[in-house]
Amino acid sequence: MADTPVLRLAQVRKSYNLGTPIEVEVLHGIDLTLARGEFAALIGPSGSGKSTLLNIVGLLERPTSGVVELDGQTVHGDDEASVTALRGRSLGFVFQFHHLIPAFTAVENVMMPRIIGAGRADAAMRAEALALLERMGLREHAHKPPRALSGGQQQRVAIARALVRRPPLVLADEPTGNLDTKSADEAFALMREFNRNQAVAFLLVTHDPRLASRCDRVIELLDGRVVSA
Amino acid sequence: MVALRFLREGRMQTALILAGISAGVAVSIFLAALIAGLQSSIIVRTLGTQAHVVMRPPEERTRTVLEPSGAAARTVQTRAQRLRSIDQWQAMIPLIEAVPGVVAVSPMASGPAFAVRGDASKSVALLGVDTARFLRIVRMADYMVQGRFALQGTDAVIGLDLAKDLGLALGDKLRIRSAEDRDEVVTVTGIFDVGARDLNRRWVFIAIKLAQNLLDLAGGVSNIDIRVDRLFEAEAIARRIEGRTGALAESWMQTNAQLLAALSNQTLTNRLIRGFVVLIVALGIASVLVVSVVQKSREIGILRAMGASRRAILGVFLLQGAILGALGAGLGALGGLALARAFARVFRNPDGTVLFRPEVTVELVAGTAAVALAVGVLAAAIPARRAASLDPVEAIRHG
Repeated sequence: MADTPVLRLAQVRKSYNLGTPIEVEVLHGIDLTLARGEFAALIGPSGSGKSTLLNIVGLLERPTSGVVELDGQTVHGDDEASVTALRGRSLGFVFQFHHLIPAFTAVENVMMPRIIGAGRADAAMRAEALALLERMGLREHAHKPPRALSGGQQQRVAIARALVRRPPLVLADEPTGNLDTKSADEAFALMREFNRNQAVAFLLVTHDPRLASRCDRVIELLDGRVVSA
Repeated sequence: MVALRFLREGRMQTALILAGISAGVAVSIFLAALIAGLQSSIIVRTLGTQAHVVMRPPEERTRTVLEPSGAAARTVQTRAQRLRSIDQWQAMIPLIEAVPGVVAVSPMASGPAFAVRGDASKSVALLGVDTARFLRIVRMADYMVQGRFALQGTDAVIGLDLAKDLGLALGDKLRIRSAEDRDEVVTVTGIFDVGARDLNRRWVFIAIKLAQNLLDLAGGVSNIDIRVDRLFEAEAIARRIEGRTGALAESWMQTNAQLLAALSNQTLTNRLIRGFVVLIVALGIASVLVVSVVQKSREIGILRAMGASRRAILGVFLLQGAILGALGAGLGALGGLALARAFARVFRNPDGTVLFRPEVTVELVAGTAAVALAVGVLAAAIPARRAASLDPVEAIRHG
């Protein structure tokens, strides 16, 4: 298991409006492998297919053809329940606009993936979420609703939420795109810390060349093709 | 937890729909209780002085006799019904008592007579009863304004209006003359008021033996009064009694067909109104949850991205419907009870007594609450399905 890549894509294609006159292929046979514990940036101009690729890797969209292997498991898109379970178990998500759930406090937002996985909440989950928030420097904000936190704090809560189930891979879509430089650096440093200490692989979509240069590897996408990896 | 938080987050919406459901449940309970109370009141007033089933001897019919030549009478005149006793009535009493649903049986010797005092004479209905048995059929004790309803020897209990007409008071003597031209002087030992002037004027209760003598029914009875435990089963019980005894049994439902039709119409109207209330409540819950699904699209998408299954999302919204239904049912039940109490307190007869009491039963409250709960879940089904089928990518992007 340790030798298997955390992510393997082979000849992944994605077309929209299939079978219609306006059919368009946005990914043209992507081959990509991400090793365990790797910290990679996915860059490319708007319309290059970054978001589509991230959605396919995040098992939120199905490729039109090709193979997606996540955590050593080949994904068969026709079994919705097992795909959902695999997504919950193997992936963490960090979105550009944090997307915390306003009805829950910071600690509850962090606990949410564990609650979804187990189907219930317990004290151990809460303790773990609090410990994670402590490491994010947010212990004193744990019981506040998201609206009471700053943008940087909200994004750190979102990072904690992505990490709470200890997934082998975290997908981050412009995680610092909405933050000032200081908050962006803090968020990046936290992700890097978890990547190094817990061998969590990260695939970071970013437009920020400064951030991309600090990653182990940069994957560049252009017009639906990987041009450098 | 998610369902509860979503409800708590949309406080104003939740409060409004809860108010709507509670009002619906309260109105539904109150209306049903009001109609039930009104019907009970009408039934008690109308049937309070009647037996639920009355057994009479079979009607005498004129038989057509065929002549040896084969000729038959062209028209057969209906025969006049004379006062007759029910055959073998004493043997029938235990048979009737054994019919399930029968709670009291009372034989009666009744017929027309005149009540005479001085120069005044009034046409009356002579009702000869066994006191103990008859009290189990009609609660005469509740209607007594003077004296007691206890009949022995030549005691007589008469109505308030007859007492006025003949200037009678307790202890006064009165001559009863039957159509068979027999007479007896009786003593007024009680005066009743059943709330119907005609009955107060016509009914004269005497002991059954005295009535048998006056009406020339030696040892016989003209009818047997029967009380049943469930009013609306009276007709079925009457048919069963006929089957067992061969005598004619008439239920109150036959003799008061118009009343029965009015009650049935009321019940139907009540059900229709309650049905519409349920529909409005269901539409209210569904519309609030549809709006909630639209508002929470992004959160639903995020939950799905974090591994929440379609079933889990479906469950969140169904549970919201159930919570709204249950809370609304609880609050509505309290509201319904409060309305019923307020009605009994506010609306009164001119004499200050309660007009009638709405009948709030455990079955009614539990039944309405169960319907509210079921409606909550069913109404939530469409928005819940919509939420479960949301595409997480679209929901996150555009939610």
